[in-house]
Amino acid sequence: MGDLRTEEMTINMGPQHPSTHGVLRLKLRTDGEVVTSVQPVIGYLHRCFEKHAENLEYPGVIPFVDRCDYLASMNNDHGYSMAIEKLLGIEVPERVEYLRVIFAELQRIASHLVAFGTFGLDVGAFTPFLYAFREREMILDLFEMTCGARLLYNYIWVGGLSHDIPEGFVEKTYEFLDHFEPQIKEYNDLLTNNKIFIERTADVGVLPQNVAINYGVTGPQLRASGVDWDLRRDEPYSIYDRFDWNVAVGVDDVGVLGDCWNRYYVKILEMQESAEIIRQALDHLPVEGDVQEAVPRKIRPPKGSLYFRSENPRGELGFYIVSDGKTQPFRVKMRSPALHNLGVIDEIASGWLVADVVAILGSLDIVLGEIDR
Amino acid sequence: MQGLIEFFHGIGVASDFWAAALSILLYTLFVFGFIAIFVLIAVYLERKVSGHMQDRLGPMRVGYHGILQTLADTLKLLLKEDIIPAAADRLLFILAPFVLFLGTFMVYVVLPFGPGAIGADLNIGLFYIVAVSSLVVIGIIMAGYSSNNKWSLYGGMRAAAQIVSYEIPVGLSLLVGVMMTSTLSIVQMVQMQETGIGGVGGILGWNFIQNPFAFIAFFIYLVAGTAEANRTPFDLPEAESELVAGAFTEYSGMRWAFFFLAEYANMWIVAIVASIVFLGGWHSPFPGETFIPGTIWLFAKAFGIVFVQMWARWTFPRLRVDQLMVTCWKYLTPIAFFNIIGVGLWLVTIG
Repeated sequence: MGDLRTEEMTINMGPQHPSTHGVLRLKLRTDGEVVTSVQPVIGYLHRCFEKHAENLEYPGVIPFVDRCDYLASMNNDHGYSMAIEKLLGIEVPERVEYLRVIFAELQRIASHLVAFGTFGLDVGAFTPFLYAFREREMILDLFEMTCGARLLYNYIWVGGLSHDIPEGFVEKTYEFLDHFEPQIKEYNDLLTNNKIFIERTADVGVLPQNVAINYGVTGPQLRASGVDWDLRRDEPYSIYDRFDWNVAVGVDDVGVLGDCWNRYYVKILEMQESAEIIRQALDHLPVEGDVQEAVPRKIRPPKGSLYFRSENPRGELGFYIVSDGKTQPFRVKMRSPALHNLGVIDEIASGWLVADVVAILGSLDIVLGEIDR
Repeated sequence: MQGLIEFFHGIGVASDFWAAALSILLYTLFVFGFIAIFVLIAVYLERKVSGHMQDRLGPMRVGYHGILQTLADTLKLLLKEDIIPAAADRLLFILAPFVLFLGTFMVYVVLPFGPGAIGADLNIGLFYIVAVSSLVVIGIIMAGYSSNNKWSLYGGMRAAAQIVSYEIPVGLSLLVGVMMTSTLSIVQMVQMQETGIGGVGGILGWNFIQNPFAFIAFFIYLVAGTAEANRTPFDLPEAESELVAGAFTEYSGMRWAFFFLAEYANMWIVAIVASIVFLGGWHSPFPGETFIPGTIWLFAKAFGIVFVQMWARWTFPRLRVDQLMVTCWKYLTPIAFFNIIGVGLWLVTIG
């Protein structure tokens, strides 16, 4: 058998591949079906977000922020608006804060639903995807009745919101929550606790805590490795400190901490927690109040710079903004969570099979719009 | 088939040779037509079943409740451009769909459509089915290799490993039925299942209920048969989220449609064989009931099994390639072996 040698093969996964969640290209070195190295090649969706931002007025950047992470536009708007407000040193009214939290958490549920559904697709289960989109549809309907858009909202503005909520929104949101919370059990029955699904994902692509921290992995992917870190609780922004909720952290009773199953399951738990937050926010939502505090037409933040971070469905979304006192930012740098999460893939996917690379990539829950910007 | 030959004799074809030749031609056309129509129905069924399982309606536009949808799809496939990649191995690329389809088609020689409606009642019918259906794997490897695409090659290699492995549990579980009826002939096997426990007919005569081992064998056959037909959760050769479409990635139009046809024709083979070996073939589940023709019972059983295959497809995630092998070699094959010993002991001691 000494003479029998196999040759390594280089194979391209993407940019046109059904499981790369967009236009990502992975260069795989494979020995048979075993993958020896994974190199992501990015940039196929580069749209010069940061350069655009330098040539637009501060509020004009918001539609572009929308388009970065198109599955979590609300959270992006929220992060960017809060950064500018901090730069300006203004406070927003109570009612706006509550509404922002409601929309951000609804968006988080919608984003995690997509992650849940597409992860099912990645491991070959088609049905959960449509179940997830059924519920996501209801959230999109809520967004549509509020601001008219279903994907890119441009809703959370500097100093307020673009529209007040329409009549019946609160009742409809309660209705959605009543419908949604029992569905989580269905997801668990259908996919989470499925024997084949557990075989496919538990113990696969384990991301140890120290590696996760070294690579700057954040969000559910970090918490799945057992790191109890959530900006909403540990560095409270907006009004997150007023709610009673738990940070979902990975568990090691099915697989080990930091495996694909945990990265998936943390998102399921987070949907539950988000629903909890929305419920509390709706209960305490002030009835009266203007949603557009008087912010000058032309925003001219004082000279200086600031880094502001918030918890996006995918992790820590940071904005580093430099102002030179003009109406346009001098520099906007976005720290995108998906980019840092993707960086770890070679570390955790090497040595696994081609099918596992698909599962690992799916569990990292990347959005290419945000990686390439 | 004998009936057809006599029919041709009757209408004035005197020579035995020509009567036989005409019968074979007619029967071949019939089988091809049957497969085409079955696939039309099965694809429609598949889309409707998946649609309703996924809380949607499935095809609704073409015809009443989308009943003509598959016909429209077939037309589309017929009109599609036929592309052969420049770097492909032309001869193998063109041959592959036919080789694959041939393996499936040849099985239909011994596959009955009802009492008396069978191409040839070979005395080694079941053995023939197992042997001929192995040809399929050559077709898939040819497709995977000749496409000159790394993903297709993966698909082809996976298919080879999978189909060759799963033939063993398939064969072993069918052997249980053979041991119980002591025949390899399809027709005799069904006849043997007319009466069973205590001489009562109906469902009590069917093989799968005769002893616990037969029941296990039935289950093993369903699982391994699904794997042999490359259906989810064992659809690794295609695995759309991993290998795009596996061995069939580079195919388009009617060439691709042949693969598709073969997949569904395989489903039907699995369903019919399971009905014959374990579910009493064309016998009615009610003792003494002769009102409903045997063909309807056979088709009802087969469609029941086809439905179970669809049900599994839209419920389960896909196994990984090593887990697939583990399932076959570490679980199904040993269980099937012990099953044979069990059936042997059962037949010797209890009856």
